[in-house]
Amino acid sequence: MPTVSMTVNGKSVSGEVEGRTLLVDFLRNDLHLTGTHVGCDTSQCGACVVHVDGEAVKACAMFALEAEGAEVGTIEGQANADGSLNVIQQAFQDHHGLQCGFCTPGMVMSAASLLKENPKPTEAEVREYLEGNICRCTGYHNIVKAIMAASGQDLSAIAAE
Amino acid sequence: MPKDGGIGADTKRREDVRYLTGTGRYTADINTFGQAAAVFARSTVANGVIKSIDTSAAAGMPGVLAIFTGEDFAEVGGNPAGWLINSRDGEPMKEPKRPVLAHGKVRHVGDAYAAVIAETVEQARDAAEAIVADIEELPAVVDMAEALKDENLVHDEIETNQCFDWGWIEDNRAATDEAIKNAPHVTTLELVNNRLVPNAMEPRASIGTYDRAQDAYTLQTTSQNPHLTRLLISAFVLGIPENKLTVIAPDVGGGFGSKIYHYGEEALVLAAAKKLGRPVKWVADRTESFLTDAHGRDHVTKIELACEKDGTFIAFRTETMANVGAYLSNFSTATPTFLHGTLMAGNYTVPHVYVNVKAVFTNTAPVDAYRGAGRPEATYSIERVIDKAARELGMDAVEMRRKNFVKPDQYPFASAAGLEYDSGNYDALMDRLEEIIDRDGFAERRKASESRGMLRGLGINSYIEACGIAPSNLVGVLGSRVGLYDAATVRVNATGNLSVMVGAHSHGQGHETVFPQIVGEMLGIDPASIDIVHGDTSKIPFGMGTYGSRSLAVCGSAMVRATEKIIAKAKKIAAHMLEAAADDIDFTDGQFTVKGTDKSVGFGEVALKAYIPHNFPIEDIEPGLEETAFYDPANFTYPSGAYACEVEVDPATGKVSVDRFVAVDDFGNVMNPMVVTGQVHGGLAQGIGQALLEGAAYDADGQLLSASYMDYVMPRADDLPFYEVDHSQGTPCTHNPLGVKGCGEAGAIGSPPTIVNAVIDALNSGGKAVTHIDMPLTPARVWSAMNTA
Repeated sequence: MPTVSMTVNGKSVSGEVEGRTLLVDFLRNDLHLTGTHVGCDTSQCGACVVHVDGEAVKACAMFALEAEGAEVGTIEGQANADGSLNVIQQAFQDHHGLQCGFCTPGMVMSAASLLKENPKPTEAEVREYLEGNICRCTGYHNIVKAIMAASGQDLSAIAAE
Repeated sequence: MPKDGGIGADTKRREDVRYLTGTGRYTADINTFGQAAAVFARSTVANGVIKSIDTSAAAGMPGVLAIFTGEDFAEVGGNPAGWLINSRDGEPMKEPKRPVLAHGKVRHVGDAYAAVIAETVEQARDAAEAIVADIEELPAVVDMAEALKDENLVHDEIETNQCFDWGWIEDNRAATDEAIKNAPHVTTLELVNNRLVPNAMEPRASIGTYDRAQDAYTLQTTSQNPHLTRLLISAFVLGIPENKLTVIAPDVGGGFGSKIYHYGEEALVLAAAKKLGRPVKWVADRTESFLTDAHGRDHVTKIELACEKDGTFIAFRTETMANVGAYLSNFSTATPTFLHGTLMAGNYTVPHVYVNVKAVFTNTAPVDAYRGAGRPEATYSIERVIDKAARELGMDAVEMRRKNFVKPDQYPFASAAGLEYDSGNYDALMDRLEEIIDRDGFAERRKASESRGMLRGLGINSYIEACGIAPSNLVGVLGSRVGLYDAATVRVNATGNLSVMVGAHSHGQGHETVFPQIVGEMLGIDPASIDIVHGDTSKIPFGMGTYGSRSLAVCGSAMVRATEKIIAKAKKIAAHMLEAAADDIDFTDGQFTVKGTDKSVGFGEVALKAYIPHNFPIEDIEPGLEETAFYDPANFTYPSGAYACEVEVDPATGKVSVDRFVAVDDFGNVMNPMVVTGQVHGGLAQGIGQALLEGAAYDADGQLLSASYMDYVMPRADDLPFYEVDHSQGTPCTHNPLGVKGCGEAGAIGSPPTIVNAVIDALNSGGKAVTHIDMPLTPARVWSAMNTA
């Protein structure tokens, strides 16, 4: 079997994979980074979103071999160096932006990508960006709120609860 | 104001940290040394006779360890229905066997007829594809009305496709018929409550392990109620003694009903683990979830509302066909009956109600309780027909509801559908709703929409539901084969921290945070020193699990009772330490004090004394500080609410946009408003999804056309608005210690009619006399209704 090498959350890793091994399976099964989830197998739900060379990618729609030499970031590498939650993670907790937690890693990774591209997104921009991330628990209200809060915007205009 | 971190505080969820850092532990994340992988061979036809299954080629493929077929489980039991429903003629319902693997016949697309166990999942999948099954395809039974003709059968041995023909309340039938016959006005509405797929984001998964040394099994599985799963496997399916089977539901990625039930895959991995002496793991892919998870709703109903010309209700009468799919799932017979018919009086003083439900077998996936379970179907029928009646009579639909509301001084109120509502104030909910939605300002907003070429509609309705299932004595009379209490153990450790073992499972509801808020406040200690243990039958006393918005109302009550026992015992210990009588001890804010003195000891000192019982009255008090309580509720709880939404309809395309959604709910007392609000949000999204987007579509051959996220429309962030949620009008439940009613399902129950009522209102404002459109209100359906009206 061919060998693949990449950097994951700043650490060099390598492993033997089949040609058909998906990046998400390499992360979960070979590296035991099970925070990246598989929710649909058809690249719709976004539970498997990771960063590859700085871009949000659905790890179920990419072969491990395609990530040869890449810088991969997963949910396990998102917290601050001291282990505390980063700004986005903290905003999700502060605003109750998660319930069962299964879609959450993908949401956090997508949110990070969004805020990198667009540091002050409008509500509509956040909602549109999340097209590829499905959540069945929250009804999205608190996810949208959390992402806007993480961007440092004033939330007082958002509908009363 | 709530105390810091106590009852009523918006405490942030402690469980979030693991989910946000990728350290949650869902079943698919667990790998065990030596594990093998299971993959199922599933039927591609909806109805067929299994002539032969040739596994010889598959058995010789790389890595294959074992292959199972239905023949291997022919002698074991079936997965039963939890409720026995009797038909109107007194005959018990038809209960065909639901085997671990299909045997003799396949009955829906996705019905598993074989399973391959191999070293790796890829090898198992390759081998499953090499199994040659000779299945003679029969005509599929898909449409319920067609099914009731019994021309083709799902189960030959029961000789009919009708599971039961239930009347509620049968003794009221004649009086209801007579009242409707003589009524000045009768409004009739025929509607479909569309079939939905629950779609928890985590697909189902199970790992079976067998320990030869102990002759004991462990099942790790995606379950909302591990004890019930253990009971079903032990008592009905495999006969493994309960003391030899541990069921663990670790982190579970959403359930919404679909993970209440025991499924054949769980039995298979256990049997395979024993045969191979190795752990066996199975993880569903999404299409397997679509094909085999229990679906929800799927009713076809005719409802009649008889009323006076002034809008006073006289009677509701319904005829419903309810799909149960190919096999009876565990709650499938309770959902369209006692969770549906009993709510058919709604929030109203209507004197006559009669409900008829025919449950129908079809060659489709089993249908069972999905978020709301029967109550959304009841609410939709009632609240849609009221709007139609108001339109026919030229009345304001809100005024019509108010005219018929049960009033606050009428509680306890015996509804015409057989329940006793304990508390509520529907006018207060409606007042608050009209204030928040700014009903007076609607005309202006409509004008503004019209100036942009859009039609604006306002939908307003009420709902009532029954939660906290349920009094065992009552449900036993109604046909339940289980009790529906719950249990909790409060263990105070010597150093003063607590482990609280609860029967309710948390898979998004926040129990790990909210339950300690309650115990912490009762004991006057920091909730952070209290851990909730759930989801493991070897650690917790018992439990009937999480569904029907029952966790807090039933299991939370058990936890309160156990904590009260802790306080009672701790008082005795404190009395001994303070050399006083137990009756003279006051307990406040974590301090035991002798009345009228300044002599006191803290909770922590008492805990330590309980475990280091030097100078301890062992004749009167046992060492240790641990108490268990089982709690069986006296009644259902009755959450209620008033919901409103404003939609815009684009007359050119029929596309509906939800502009505003306001939910005013009465959940009784609220323990953590942040969590409760989040539960409402999620329910609303599922209800709005049902109304506008979602629908499980089978073709005439029984093929599921919507079997992936490319075909089944899940609500996305840009389909939904910010919601406005209010709990200010709560009336406490009168019969449980916390005064709580349950909040998990309300949003999904109250919202579908709100959306549809709003769309109908919008179309009528545009001069289109549309009276009804079936859900989901897709642009095509709305456009077509507009252009044929």
